[in-house]
Amino acid sequence: MIKLANNIDKEPIEMRKVYTATLIELAKENENIVALDADLMSAIAMGDFAKTYPDRFINCGIQEANMMGVAAGMSATGKVPFAHTFAPFATRRAYDQLFLSAGYAELNVKVVGSDPGITAQLNGGTHMPFEDVGLMRLIPNAVVVEPTDNTVLKFVLKEAAKTYGLFYIRLSRKNSTKVYEEGSSFTIGKANTIREGNDVTIIAYGIMVKEALLAANILKEQGIEVRVLDMFTIKPIDKDAVIKAAKETGAIVTTENHNIIGGLGEAVAAVLAENAPIPMERVGVNDVFGKVGTQDYLAKEFNLTADEIVQKVKKVLERK
Amino acid sequence: MTKVADLKTFATKIRIETIKEIAGIGVGHIGGALSICDLLAVLYGGVMNIDPKNPCDENRDWLIVSKGHSGPALYATLALKGYFPMDTLKTLNKPDTILPSHCDRHAPGVDMTTGSLGQGASLAMGIALGNKLSGRNNYTYLLLGDGECNEGQVWEAAMFANNKKLDNVIAFVDDNKQQLDGFTKDISNMGDIAAKFSAFGWNSQSIDGHDVEAILNAIKSAKENEGVPSVIVLNTIKAKGYKKWEGSPGNHNFNITMEDALQFEKDILANE
Repeated sequence: MIKLANNIDKEPIEMRKVYTATLIELAKENENIVALDADLMSAIAMGDFAKTYPDRFINCGIQEANMMGVAAGMSATGKVPFAHTFAPFATRRAYDQLFLSAGYAELNVKVVGSDPGITAQLNGGTHMPFEDVGLMRLIPNAVVVEPTDNTVLKFVLKEAAKTYGLFYIRLSRKNSTKVYEEGSSFTIGKANTIREGNDVTIIAYGIMVKEALLAANILKEQGIEVRVLDMFTIKPIDKDAVIKAAKETGAIVTTENHNIIGGLGEAVAAVLAENAPIPMERVGVNDVFGKVGTQDYLAKEFNLTADEIVQKVKKVLERK
Repeated sequence: MTKVADLKTFATKIRIETIKEIAGIGVGHIGGALSICDLLAVLYGGVMNIDPKNPCDENRDWLIVSKGHSGPALYATLALKGYFPMDTLKTLNKPDTILPSHCDRHAPGVDMTTGSLGQGASLAMGIALGNKLSGRNNYTYLLLGDGECNEGQVWEAAMFANNKKLDNVIAFVDDNKQQLDGFTKDISNMGDIAAKFSAFGWNSQSIDGHDVEAILNAIKSAKENEGVPSVIVLNTIKAKGYKKWEGSPGNHNFNITMEDALQFEKDILANE
């Protein structure tokens, strides 16, 4: 059961602080939990974990490929490793290690990739992954999630700690938008319906959930009732929720802080094409590289805005 | 079974069964499998703390064969030790086998899945660190190829092992002087591999990789080191024991019939 926040406001605490605090809590309960980093401990605010559990925090230095292999090896001895670095290095740079040493070998690795998409901001195009979700979706049995807010993040970390297998947790480091109240419960692989409506459905994850809700507000004023699904688990995709939305609303717009190739849009399109073909549109990065700028600038530059979602909703409704 | 003569006999058996196993499918990575048989005989003939009836015992010693294409030699060794029936070797690379050409941890006794070169090095360090953190006193053995040392990941792992003081790691480099496309000196010359590991802070030795007694002694010496990982560079000959292919070009992967395998067995036993 989910309890929605009343307003669309920022979370008071940064996600990285929640990540560290939750991992410390989990580590207290499970002595096998270990954390690894590739010289970005400070960026993810893991100092407290390292202080609390100096032996269980492994700073590998700047060697992402080795870190993923070490994490996989540790898991073979019973450890539950959470390995963090920036998302492009966690996925693209160490992909074969994740694919084989973790995925193919069926080991128990939790990968945390921070600064997804435009949240990389001033680090620019080299640090701005629009492909990480696509890459990780291509690893069989991998679970791919992007926690929407602090409440979802805590849930995801607890689930990852107790569920065997490869998890990719795509994580903004800074303050997210608060969508859920404490006490909400979630299920991996199940979308959250965060707004009811029967004219059209917007499916979003990550920072685009806020934009989807803003778009729904704008559209309501124009007499369009929008359903909004928070698809925080991108893989396995919640097929039932997509098919239900297709049957009940007849049109879908997906939106993501990621390339439209390989991401949520394609996952939803596949479900629709095979089960309930209806008009759909995708809002996302249109097959270009990242670039430097503030998040607001980049959101406009890559059309990751409520306004763009509104335009795509109108377009899809014309096709309905 | 730590008598030198017994280890030599065991190595010969491993070579024979490896060749028969590969002949069952008609083609395979023979050269690099034959160059590691003496090491496998020493490790599984007495050095490693293992129990074929309990292959997942958490206190066991581990072996990561990072040059994963040498899987058939490991499989033959494990079958001879009783991890699974000898007949299972006949299924190598056949539909639904538990023995794919590259090492797979789903087979009993195979400690890690490998095949993409360099990755076993990091996996071994993770295993060694995980076991150390859990307070276990076991060893993690790692087998690398000399060609494999072209991979940057090997050196990331080497740096890591020293930084984390993984003295429960003993690595071997099968320095058989050849890689797939030719001689390592012509393709990507690694120079003095032992010196390179020393520069990374490892305790390094270089020995004759076909001398079981030398291997035994080197492992014993490595275990006396505290606080640093150890490497033993094995000077070997690719396709060792298969006279017409020993050290010759094209011996990385070649065709072989069951008739060839039987002749190999006859020849190697005659040379005992």
